Amino acid sequence: MTALLSVTDLAVARGGRRAVEGVSFELHPAQALILRGPNGIGKTTLLRCVAGLQPPVEGRIDAAPDTVAYAAHADGLKGALTVAENLRFWSSTFAGPGIDAALETMNLRDLADRPAALLSAGQKRRLGLARLLVTGRPLWVLDEPTVSLDAASVALFAEAVRAHLGAGGAALMATHIDLGLPEASILDLTPFRADPTRATRGAPAGFDEAFA
Amino acid sequence: MSLWEYANPVKFMRLSGAVLPWVSVAAAVTLVVGLIWGFSTPEDYKQGSTVKIMFLHVPAAMMAINIWVMMLVASLIWIIRRHHVSALAAKAAAPVGAVMTVIALVTGAIWGQPMWGTWWEWDPRLTSFLILFLFYLGYIALWSAVENPDNAADLTGVLCLVGSVFALLSRYAVNFWNQGLHQGATISVAPGDRISSAYSYPLYMCMLAFFLLFLALLLVRTRTEIRRRRTAALIAREVRP
Amino acid sequence: MKALLIRDLQLATRAGGGFGLGLAFFLIVCTLVPFGVGPQGGTLARIAPGILWVGALLACLLSLDRIFALDWEDGSLDLLATAPVPLEGAVLVKAAAHWITTGLPLVLAAPLFGLLLHLPDAAQPWLVLSLAIGTPALSMLGAFGAALTVGLRRGGLLLSLLVLPLYVPTLIFGAEAVRLGAAGGDPATPLVFLAAITLAVLAAIPFAASAALRVNLR
Repeated sequence: MTALLSVTDLAVARGGRRAVEGVSFELHPAQALILRGPNGIGKTTLLRCVAGLQPPVEGRIDAAPDTVAYAAHADGLKGALTVAENLRFWSSTFAGPGIDAALETMNLRDLADRPAALLSAGQKRRLGLARLLVTGRPLWVLDEPTVSLDAASVALFAEAVRAHLGAGGAALMATHIDLGLPEASILDLTPFRADPTRATRGAPAGFDEAFA
Repeated sequence: MSLWEYANPVKFMRLSGAVLPWVSVAAAVTLVVGLIWGFSTPEDYKQGSTVKIMFLHVPAAMMAINIWVMMLVASLIWIIRRHHVSALAAKAAAPVGAVMTVIALVTGAIWGQPMWGTWWEWDPRLTSFLILFLFYLGYIALWSAVENPDNAADLTGVLCLVGSVFALLSRYAVNFWNQGLHQGATISVAPGDRISSAYSYPLYMCMLAFFLLFLALLLVRTRTEIRRRRTAALIAREVRP
Repeated sequence: MKALLIRDLQLATRAGGGFGLGLAFFLIVCTLVPFGVGPQGGTLARIAPGILWVGALLACLLSLDRIFALDWEDGSLDLLATAPVPLEGAVLVKAAAHWITTGLPLVLAAPLFGLLLHLPDAAQPWLVLSLAIGTPALSMLGAFGAALTVGLRRGGLLLSLLVLPLYVPTLIFGAEAVRLGAAGGDPATPLVFLAAITLAVLAAIPFAASAALRVNLR
């Protein structure tokens, strides 16, 4: 089976400085990978590179175009729009499936007509994750998806991820807590921390490295 | 070995360090000679002694435009070939260009007062220079506002491209808007030159002087920028995140 | 793209969207100017084309930072950049939404403000026409400035400094058309130039603006 995402010898930089380097992994359909590592190691940066928001310094990221659904700390919600309007917007922007299934899965049916500004933090988070469902994209790239979710909602989320994997999708996540996804493999980024003192080889990450 | 090798900061530092003293001396000598020569020219039959401010006004105005063009080229080199020195050279040139624009505007005002009877006139050339000055200000402000130096270089590069088009556009729009008092080009390769050779040779000398002065300032400032970046890089190495 | 346009319009017209603020600002400018220059109709009529154009330009400037800043803060911009919509298209659509919510009301209300400032009747149609042709360029150039400054903490002031010089050609040809119309001349030439600038801006600036956005996103 071909990989949905294949990362080869990747190095990423944050603020003109290399964060991690030499990272390689593959993600096949129905697989989940959880990135671990201390704060500041570059999990967010790596995920942004995979999502195509940031160019990598070195290495390759191979994924078919338009496969990634990215969700970060900010949910991309508009407080003035209702839950259903928010979802409908992202659904039509990504040309994804309708919003009914997503509302059902994330248990938002009763809140559908409420303005997003009136939701609690956890409810907003659930809406942000429901957005992933309406994109219809196979590869989820999630940065701390469970922030401000209660135990029941974490279970709900884990269930959604499992259903996504079951449907042939894949998920790449950075998280600190135990999601209750025993089938997910774990990659600890700590050994890949970039060595700031080694001589620069290849392309510099930015101004600072070019002059060091 | 290609020209691009000098885009390497280390090579650039070595070369610029060797050239800088010579350029500085040459700039000082040409400036002194050019200005003394210029100020000892005979008085113009119409403009009197005021004409001598030309030896500051014309070279400054010329450099104000040329420096923007140089920044445009340097920005393009950065955007296309990602040479860091190029971006820093554009950054280093901007304040010099802004000062040249101010010199051109101020000397123009001092010249204009006895000639046209007014310190400021909304003449196309004067107005274009004011607009050029605004573009310089915006460019410098954007450099200092963006924290990440790579992003700052990219954003100011894009601004420089768009700004160049609009500076040129403004020049012609302003012409349309007001036909103006300002005399035409002082120096022209077309037959029937409008300036006597008694003035033109010292003027060429002053132009060369201003160019060398800009080159010296550019080298000093670019070297400073490179050293600042290197310092930042060394500090970043010491502090492990 | 259509969904994005509809969403931006919805956001602008709902509570806190700031719809109509530009128009109110324009009204205030047109009210304050006679206090500054005196109530003589002749003077006002002379300067009306310029005041109306400068007022429209400043009213447009007011809401520029909202084009991308809000989407940047709540993460929508990240998501839009990963959407199958080209970012250039998204920029164009967002500029269009800005024009519909600020530029278009100014165009429609301009004759009223022209009356306040004693703009000669002959110039009224030219005022509306020149604003209709010119204000899309103002929104698009503003979107470029907003894209340059989107991640900055104190972007607002810088945005004005970057954008206002870019407005010079549009302002010159726009105000010139109204002035010529007021003087009974034929404003076709400045209007054609104005249209040329607007079309060129709409064609080229989305690329520059989306390049700037991509830099600010990484």
